[in-house]
Amino acid sequence: MTGDKRTGLPRLLDGILALLDKLSASPTIRKGTYLGALLFFVIIILIPPIIGILLKWSLISETLQNPPQMARAQSAILASFTIAFIVSFLDLLAGLPMAWLIVKRRGRWVSVIDTLADIPFIIPTVTLGYSVLTFWSEPNGISGLLDVEHLFSPGPILITLLHFAFSYPVIVRLMVGEFQGYNLVYETAARTLGAPTFTAFRTVTMSILKPAIIAAFLLAFSRSLSETGATAIVAGTFENGPIFIRNARSAGQEGPMVLVSSILIAVSVAIFAVIGLLGPCLRFPSKKVWTGLEWRLSRRNAAMVKDASTLIVFGLLVASPSLFVIFPSLAGLFDGTLQTALTGSGVWAPFWSSLVTSYVVALIAAFINVIIGFPMAVIIARRKLGTRFTALMDALVAVPVIIPSVALGVSLNIFWNAFGNLPEFWVLVLAHTTITYTYFARPMAAAIQGISEELEDVGRTLGSRPFGTFRKIVLPLTKYSIFSSAVMVLTRSVGETGATVAVVKRLQTAPVLLVDWITHPEIYGPSTVGLGVLFLVLMASVSLLAIRLTLRRG
Amino acid sequence: MPEIRLIEVSKRFGRIEAIDDISLEIKNGEYLCVLGPTGSGKTTLLRLIAGLLRPDEGEIFMDERRVNELPAEERDVAYMPQQYALFPHMTVLGNVAFGPLSRGKDPAEASRTALDMLKLVRLHERADALPSELSGGMQQRVALARSLASGAKLMLLDEPLGALDARLRVELRYRLKSMVKNLGLTAIHVTHDQREAMIVADRIVVLRAGRSEQIGTPFHIYQRPENLFVANFVGDTNFLDGTVSKADSTGSYVELRGGLNVRVQETSFLTGERVILTIRQELTSVKAYGWESVNALPGTVLAVRFLGDYLRIEIRLMNGDEVGAEVPLTNINTYPKIGEEVVVSFKPLDVSVYTTPPRGLAKEIEVA
Repeated sequence: MTGDKRTGLPRLLDGILALLDKLSASPTIRKGTYLGALLFFVIIILIPPIIGILLKWSLISETLQNPPQMARAQSAILASFTIAFIVSFLDLLAGLPMAWLIVKRRGRWVSVIDTLADIPFIIPTVTLGYSVLTFWSEPNGISGLLDVEHLFSPGPILITLLHFAFSYPVIVRLMVGEFQGYNLVYETAARTLGAPTFTAFRTVTMSILKPAIIAAFLLAFSRSLSETGATAIVAGTFENGPIFIRNARSAGQEGPMVLVSSILIAVSVAIFAVIGLLGPCLRFPSKKVWTGLEWRLSRRNAAMVKDASTLIVFGLLVASPSLFVIFPSLAGLFDGTLQTALTGSGVWAPFWSSLVTSYVVALIAAFINVIIGFPMAVIIARRKLGTRFTALMDALVAVPVIIPSVALGVSLNIFWNAFGNLPEFWVLVLAHTTITYTYFARPMAAAIQGISEELEDVGRTLGSRPFGTFRKIVLPLTKYSIFSSAVMVLTRSVGETGATVAVVKRLQTAPVLLVDWITHPEIYGPSTVGLGVLFLVLMASVSLLAIRLTLRRG
Repeated sequence: MPEIRLIEVSKRFGRIEAIDDISLEIKNGEYLCVLGPTGSGKTTLLRLIAGLLRPDEGEIFMDERRVNELPAEERDVAYMPQQYALFPHMTVLGNVAFGPLSRGKDPAEASRTALDMLKLVRLHERADALPSELSGGMQQRVALARSLASGAKLMLLDEPLGALDARLRVELRYRLKSMVKNLGLTAIHVTHDQREAMIVADRIVVLRAGRSEQIGTPFHIYQRPENLFVANFVGDTNFLDGTVSKADSTGSYVELRGGLNVRVQETSFLTGERVILTIRQELTSVKAYGWESVNALPGTVLAVRFLGDYLRIEIRLMNGDEVGAEVPLTNINTYPKIGEEVVVSFKPLDVSVYTTPPRGLAKEIEVA
């Protein structure tokens, strides 16, 4: 058991750990590590999306002098923000009661609902787009049941339904976490002071959880604003911002593409900054109580009606359209398409190649983010740069999520082609690293904040050096967050379409290839498309399952 | 064993002066209590000594070695925070062995040391348990074993009994001190509980707003508080506002409002000087109306509270001042009734005299 008896790789690892431990005792090395993480963030993550778009600023003037193109661009941008706003608002209305139900109600069925609520989040959005399209618009979906050709044709309503479905779990997951951490003593106090449950929730719980509600709204908003691949599937001829950029890129119209990208970036950042600044001033109405109405709404029957309508909305607008992908996909299993797919011949050769590209890119992006994002998370959680500068960094880390991914992709493409002259693969890796950076750094910062600093203090006074304290205390206590955040990065990267179409010409990732398949059913046929989608869902599920099993064992 | 010296140490957080020019010497093997209200800088002082914070000004010496820049892991101290900070993912044995392992012992030796320490605190049978499976008292003992196993000779205990219930707190405070003394360690114990400090400390330092108000033995602090804050914070005290009316070589007379006179032994104040008199409530007695002696002040009973082994009687003096008396049950013949007229009495020897503070008594003694 002693260090002397170890040989080979374990001994080498011991040596490396001992060296790192020794190095960490030096304040210069510690500061260097944090500075490195900070520089990586500023130079690789933050600056390229901003500078890139500025490099092509001159192209915008051409578009400004082309009224038809300007009108198209304006209406696409307006559509993006309108849909994002409506979707986020509706998601909040539907998601808050669902989160409350998951936290408050007991029973196995609640666990099932809890798991189902995550599905639109886990499966790549392209497959969700295909599922939503089939469910609402195809004859073999709900339209067939109602005997209409298309219940909802591809266009703005279908985009809204799609965005509602994939933004819903963002709100539910975030609010479930908040409700679980919420100290019920406030609500109990309100109820013992005479407030019925509805009033207590409205006037006390909602007000206390206001920052989380605003954050949930903003996350749903940014998700909706960014989504490209699935939107392309359900948009038809309709254009929102990302679809405009995608179409402009396909048509080689660089000016309109840069114009819309820069407006989307500027307006998104402005909206987030304004809401971030004004959010704390926002007051939920809590001074007036409508006694009679609120007593009635607090009764058992009213609560049952609320729960039932929450479940109906979830079942109809989220779960069913998300899971529906299984039915058209199954056909491919039994009509010989599976055999062709497994031999990798014909259209399946580029499919498997694209899937490998997707996962290689995602794994590299996840690896980089774990290595570089961790010190940044420590900087934020432990306020290593002082209160104000740390708060600024905390806000800046959210920038990659705020900016619509397709606009970010356009900007990154311009930047890295201008400065780096990098191979396409590495531009793609950098784009995915940027897009997923926040998904690791932010949750890790929250996880580290959740660990009492006293544990580290005690560790150090017991003789452990900074790296030893990190390895033996912080790392084991945050392993769940590390894995879950890495999975988030992986899932987000594998499902990413917007930035990918903006940065690659030759390479294809699986979601980009599937968008092409789904939008050209006349070439590929429903069995091929269905099976391709099923493979992507299975890959996402397998990787998630593998990581969950690892976690359970750890 | 370490001897600790702090010389004019200050620590600021923004505009808040957490520690303000403190000088202090802690002797080898001493058990020092740092006593003060919430926000007085007790924990900051402990963290400065532990090396978890660096002083903005001043110097800290351990065994004559200046340690201002020495990191926590090299100071050879054991810090035990209020909630113990047991590592939740490690077993009891893992927690206790952490220190020896970190200080370079091999795992087998570290386990042996840890088990020895667990035996000392009588928890070796729970070596494989997780901290969450232990009661508050057990967690405290594990934290203590962990500190002892690290081999440190200086224990920094931040409210070590604060998280325990009252009964256990009383029991463990004796055990804690005897263990530290038996092992020949030096301890700095932070608390806001003056009774706890009185019982365990060799010496007490009273802190207020980052400044040291008084340092001395528990007896000295209690009997001879150097200022009104200490008089108020340590023990239950009556305050009477008056003016020195006559002074001679054997004592002075202080006239309270309403014409009441109090005889004190203090002779250093001049006639006409405004003063505050303090008398400990347990040194204040309550007699039947009509009782005559030096310092017999008539008044009316406002409230009588039964506190187990004594009564606290609150009395409004004839001049409107209110005082309290803590009277052991053995000294009570008949229970005083609310509204009953009585005489409050105390000896001139038991009265301390302070110059009336310019900012007023209330400001002078406020704790937060």
